[in-house]
Amino acid sequence: MSEIERRQFDTLIIGAGGGGLRASLQLAEADLSVAVVSKVFPTRSHTVAAQGGMNAALANVGPDNWHWHMFDTVKGSDYLGDQDAIEYMCRTAPKAVYELEHFGVPFSRLDNGKIYQRAFGGQSQNFGGDQAARTCAAADRTGHAILHSLYQQNIRAKTHFFDEYFAVDLLQGEDGQVLGALVFNILDGKIVVIEAKTTLLATGGAGQIFKTTTNALINTGDGMGMAMRAGIPLQDMEFFQFHPTGIAGRGMLITEGARGEGGYLVNADGERLMERYAPKAKDLASRDVVSRAIAIEVREGRGCGPNKDHVMLKLDHLGEDVIQKRLPGIRQTCITFLGIDPAEAPIPVFPTAHYTMGGIPTNRHGQVVVPVKDTPEEPVAGLYAAGECACVSVHGANRLGGNSLLDILVFGRAAANHIIEYLKENRYHRGIDNAVIDEVVEKVRRYDQPGSGNETVAGLRDELKQVMEEHCSVFRNKEILKQGVDKVEQLAERMKDVSIDDHSHTFNTAKVEAFELENLVAVALATIHSASAREESRGAHSRTDFTERDDISWMRHSLYSFENGLDYKPVRTKPMSVESFPPKPRVY
Amino acid sequence: MKFKIYRYNPETDTKPYVQDYELDNVETGTMLLAALLRIKDEQDQTLSFRRSCGEGVCGSDGMNINGTNGLACVTSLDSLKQPVEIKPLPGLPVIRDLIIDMEQFYKQYRAVKPYLIVNDPMPEVELQQTPEQREQLDGLYECVLCACCSTSCPSFWWNPDKFLGPAALLQASRFIEDSRDQAFEERLADLEGPFKLFRCHTIMNCVNVCPKGLNPTKAIGRIKNKMVTRSL
Repeated sequence: MSEIERRQFDTLIIGAGGGGLRASLQLAEADLSVAVVSKVFPTRSHTVAAQGGMNAALANVGPDNWHWHMFDTVKGSDYLGDQDAIEYMCRTAPKAVYELEHFGVPFSRLDNGKIYQRAFGGQSQNFGGDQAARTCAAADRTGHAILHSLYQQNIRAKTHFFDEYFAVDLLQGEDGQVLGALVFNILDGKIVVIEAKTTLLATGGAGQIFKTTTNALINTGDGMGMAMRAGIPLQDMEFFQFHPTGIAGRGMLITEGARGEGGYLVNADGERLMERYAPKAKDLASRDVVSRAIAIEVREGRGCGPNKDHVMLKLDHLGEDVIQKRLPGIRQTCITFLGIDPAEAPIPVFPTAHYTMGGIPTNRHGQVVVPVKDTPEEPVAGLYAAGECACVSVHGANRLGGNSLLDILVFGRAAANHIIEYLKENRYHRGIDNAVIDEVVEKVRRYDQPGSGNETVAGLRDELKQVMEEHCSVFRNKEILKQGVDKVEQLAERMKDVSIDDHSHTFNTAKVEAFELENLVAVALATIHSASAREESRGAHSRTDFTERDDISWMRHSLYSFENGLDYKPVRTKPMSVESFPPKPRVY
Repeated sequence: MKFKIYRYNPETDTKPYVQDYELDNVETGTMLLAALLRIKDEQDQTLSFRRSCGEGVCGSDGMNINGTNGLACVTSLDSLKQPVEIKPLPGLPVIRDLIIDMEQFYKQYRAVKPYLIVNDPMPEVELQQTPEQREQLDGLYECVLCACCSTSCPSFWWNPDKFLGPAALLQASRFIEDSRDQAFEERLADLEGPFKLFRCHTIMNCVNVCPKGLNPTKAIGRIKNKMVTRSL
């Protein structure tokens, strides 16, 4: 395979969202050679769609400190989050925000010239007291503002981009060390082996496993699929967040900031429903709590519309000025997709697949960690992961709104810092065995000729999304999950019969979609197996047959791999410096 | 519903051609992107176009729709005359079907130094900015780099290498107007000369097509005013 182009870099970053670009910036500024591979032009990455903001205890609006933020995050995680990583994230948050501001992010401002902060779900002062306002926002386009600013800073830092290249698989040495990845240029189909001393996966989430999702079409869990095929388990995949306010039936996100600014949910009787489910926090309870409340309202016949299948998010009482100033993006989205101006009429909403809490297991330095014999968390040499594709785990069983932008920035940066140290000790490329490369090349070339199989990518993908929607949604039970496991297993089996009609080398999007489907199926398998096995209700994983949280049997992380199926490891309950927050009943 | 779509694959076609497609059961309120995805999934896998977020935020699916540039994902089919004629964005090389080579567009974007420049030591907290100062950036920072504007601009068609085009100039204005930026003089000086900025003849196609409702012509006017004030 001598004709295959080889490139060498200190670090290969796969994915150009906020996590990847924060890391690449840190590395480029440390004068390391960095390659960022992305299947789309960087500013098309899904960070761009984040709306409401990023949490940090700046105390710009009212009293706040990182320790309260930590408490809220641990409680929000339903005590499945790792408390060392959560402490690190919440302590680092203010610095991460100030850095972004220095990079040029156009945050909204308070009258005193400081960064605007709004109230978001699950935020409290003083360990469960009054509502806090901790979410730093650039109107309701915070992700766009952050992603564009980070890309711009990378232009300044002269980061090396491989735009519109698709990463197929990690390349490993015999000892499992990661030595880079095989990618192809979508433009002309040319295969490139990128050798790297360190590889960072920053490929984002996998919302496309569900039919109705706020996620972009590119969110196909590519890094998670690559990790699984490299023998690395995925952690806590049963915890998938359903955002309470996706536009009903369509999926477009309406930010939690809409409720943070004073919006609230009403049912068919015009009742402000959250007062019954969360008397104190009401509409700003945690997302899992609000999503369940909406699902129950609809199930019990209090849904709105001719099919009684959604509830209404009311904003018109806020006045046009507030809506135009603080929520201009979602206003436009509602007008475009519904013909409804939220300044005049309520928005139909329903819980919608939104965020992958689980992912590739890492420690708080971004190193990918796997169980080896008696050690639950042994680093995989040369491999890092950050952002939504990773599971640090700071979100545990339920992520707080405003913590995902924070996660990508804090851990993108932390991973880069660890990589800088690692490279001081590991100065040379190891060389990659040709046989390892040939195997992946063969896989890529499979789609260059007509295949004999009669399954289509679109057909299998639609079935998969439908199965996950029906069998792995807000409420789950043994029977439904068992059927779901069987169906996803069958779909996985049918993957070998996939063939495509497009064999062109020029911008072959059909081929890209085929590889994406392979990743979606891998992620769906991990998700439904993990969900089926977990016999308790915790955070976003709600079982109608096991309605309580079970800390004795289940306060542990799930790990699912192709090789070993399910395995478990303990939660890291010990923070870095403060007292541990022990599990308590979760009331909002 | 009928579609006429521009097709071209350099590997197999000597020249572009138009292919007809027809979709049944198109619900009202369906966006063009959803129709294109259906055509690709149900009828023709080889039809190629870029897409991602599906809600007008990522800027991937800019195309020429019945003669006007726009994003497929936020263009409702209800508003379109049939057959819907779809072509790639004009003025830049076509890679395949609706996919254009955007390098020239990105190059002009990079040319305006689209990043905050602060020479003073950074404070340990945020740089201060009043709500009024921040308001100056509204209408400038929201650009999604879809290229609908620059590829609708005759001045950009003629001189894509010399005239920066509306998208890049909007970015230039975004940093010129930022109270935190300290490269004001340098930024204005960089835009001098007959081409980079002054090739704008206020034709205003950019304003008409911007899917985010932004106004590059106004931004260009603001830069021109600042240049005049500076030269006095």
